[in-house]
Amino acid sequence: MNYNLAGGVDVGSCTTKAVIIDRSGTILAEKVIYSATDFSAASRNVWADCLVHASLSEQDDIIIYSTGYGRNSVSFAHGSMTEIACHGRGCLHFFPGPITVVDIGGQDNKVIKLDSHGRRVSFKMNRKCAAGTGAFLEEMALRLRLPIEKLNSLAENADGEIALGSYCTVFSATEVLEKIKAGHQVDRIVRGLFHSVVKRILEMDTLTDRIVMTGGVIEHNPFLLTLLRSHTECPVVSPPHPQITGALGAALYALESGNNQQH
Amino acid sequence: MSYLLVCQEWDRLCVNHMIRQRTGYNVAESANTKSKPIAATSTMKKIMADHFLGLDRARKEGTEKIAWCTSVGPAELLHAMGFEVYFPENHAAMLGATRMATDLIPAANAMGYSPDICSYLTADIGSYVKGVTPLTKAYGIERVPKADVLVYNTNQCRDVQDWFAYYAREWNVPLVGIHTHRNIKAVEDYHISDLVSQIKDMIPVLETVSGNRFDMERLREVVGLSLECTKLWREVLECGAAIPAPLTFFDATIHMGPAVVLRGLPQAVDYYRLLLEELRQRIKHNVPAIDEETHRIYWDGMPIWGKLRDLSAQFASLKTNVVASTYCNSWIFDAFDPACPFESMARAYTELFIVRDDSFKEAYMETWIKRFSIDGIIFHDAKTCPNNSNSRYMMPQRMRDKMRLPVLVVNGDLNDLRCYSEEQARTNIEAFVEQLDEKVR
Ligand code: SF4
Repeated sequence: MNYNLAGGVDVGSCTTKAVIIDRSGTILAEKVIYSATDFSAASRNVWADCLVHASLSEQDDIIIYSTGYGRNSVSFAHGSMTEIACHGRGCLHFFPGPITVVDIGGQDNKVIKLDSHGRRVSFKMNRKCAAGTGAFLEEMALRLRLPIEKLNSLAENADGEIALGSYCTVFSATEVLEKIKAGHQVDRIVRGLFHSVVKRILEMDTLTDRIVMTGGVIEHNPFLLTLLRSHTECPVVSPPHPQITGALGAALYALESGNNQQH
Repeated sequence: MSYLLVCQEWDRLCVNHMIRQRTGYNVAESANTKSKPIAATSTMKKIMADHFLGLDRARKEGTEKIAWCTSVGPAELLHAMGFEVYFPENHAAMLGATRMATDLIPAANAMGYSPDICSYLTADIGSYVKGVTPLTKAYGIERVPKADVLVYNTNQCRDVQDWFAYYAREWNVPLVGIHTHRNIKAVEDYHISDLVSQIKDMIPVLETVSGNRFDMERLREVVGLSLECTKLWREVLECGAAIPAPLTFFDATIHMGPAVVLRGLPQAVDYYRLLLEELRQRIKHNVPAIDEETHRIYWDGMPIWGKLRDLSAQFASLKTNVVASTYCNSWIFDAFDPACPFESMARAYTELFIVRDDSFKEAYMETWIKRFSIDGIIFHDAKTCPNNSNSRYMMPQRMRDKMRLPVLVVNGDLNDLRCYSEEQARTNIEAFVEQLDEKVR
């Protein structure tokens, strides 16, 4: 049987995303919710929301793939792929290879290189520390007593930048406190924090070809694209909805798999 | 290095482990898969038990003197001098595999040993100060055998010298060692003559401690046995070149036990004859170590002892076999020669991979990678062992370009699981195999 519809569920450490696409790869519905502590419940809930949004029901034949940190908690998925594969696949949907995918997630960052045929050449995940990830910005927003959604406009509109040197989240927090004590403007410190996210990316791998930035952090903090541009000659772009790229990639894998297999 | 507890855990794994199915649908479900238990394991358990019980007897009864020795030697000299030889690295690996290490390392950190130095050292010293050892559960042995002399070889690292120095101070016993030239491209005559002098210089101390006179004929005999052992161990590992491979890296880390702790004794030779025969039968009858072997990996770097079982199961579930490794090859000493024992020991300890520069290492890996039909290379960057972490000076990138093979660097540690992210390692490995699948398609 061939499927006309496919779904992807990306269970990340912070948020769970779902996407439904049709045979042509057009997105029919997409949803994002907080993952909280029960990944299985989060995946069920986000999928139910997505079905409603697309005016579909569980009775419809939809082939579903899961991805992300909690990919094994999605009991209703027909298959799974890692988030590394899915972010790559999701980006290829909008941008042909060769591309370098830079995904900034809640707990980890990835740099994935795809060749002109869309095949993966290499990938890297950040090491153990959460420096430069969404968790880092959240922690810093907390220290600065700022709502996280304010960070992007503060960084973008700052008239200067306070450089932060450390690559450890805990040391950065101390540095931020010192800068506040020294009387520096908060918006300049926030710009410095954004720059330190970019620096963490730059030290992970060399950036080549077209750079495609994805993930929730990019979705909500697009100024990071501008900052990255100042460090590279390569074009820096992002898909229309960077946060759901992994879920879209999973849906695309599901579609391919469904159409390649006999049932 | 291997030991009884790992074997016990291994048995459980081999009998019936749950794996994830990658192909087709319902990947989240598990399926029963049997990996093939190696029948010789029971013999190995026995000879390893005899080794430890013999050491314990020597400790209690004072019959023989006990020498502590680094894993790559100079065990030959110590056996020839009549010592019972104990290998702390083997004990430290046991601490890792039983996951006792992560609880014990902090005790050594608190004493002043940095969390960034060798976690064999910190786990072992931690276990000593806490008065616990995995030997108790495995063999009913209360404590590790106290050394009468400690003998190190810095061919692997400086940490072993500092490690042994702790016990030398603690027990007020002699500490002697060999300082091998490191990071060398070619082995030169002056390297060998220097080492020969260093080895000979230890003899008076060893004679005093053991109460035995050095006997050249006895040394020739031991070196001859080491040579036989190492030849057989090479042949065992070379069985992995068969497609499908009859053993995995994880099997090899268990079965290398005798090559480490019984090298120079007839038991090791007998054991590897037995094991080799079994593996040859497997090859003859096309019995693979894992079902449906699809990809073949080269592993560079230390094992992650506390995660052997999990990683073995993950690779099996991914239909991927780690068929060759730098680590298990470290106990192949082609140079041993009973006709010139001192020179050949010096050469054997210097020819090793860990002693050599990157150009040698890369050429060495290339040979094994080609011979074993490898389709991906994994480098383990062990946080506390720079000496066995070859990923830090761009080698993965050079190997990728030269061999045109995908490479992956897994961050972790040999013993300190505080440096290991389970989920990140699993995802990296899974994504790597996806990349290999993509290449096949
Ligand atoms: S080579 Fe590495 S693991 Fe072995 S003793 Fe030295 S530092 Fe420790």
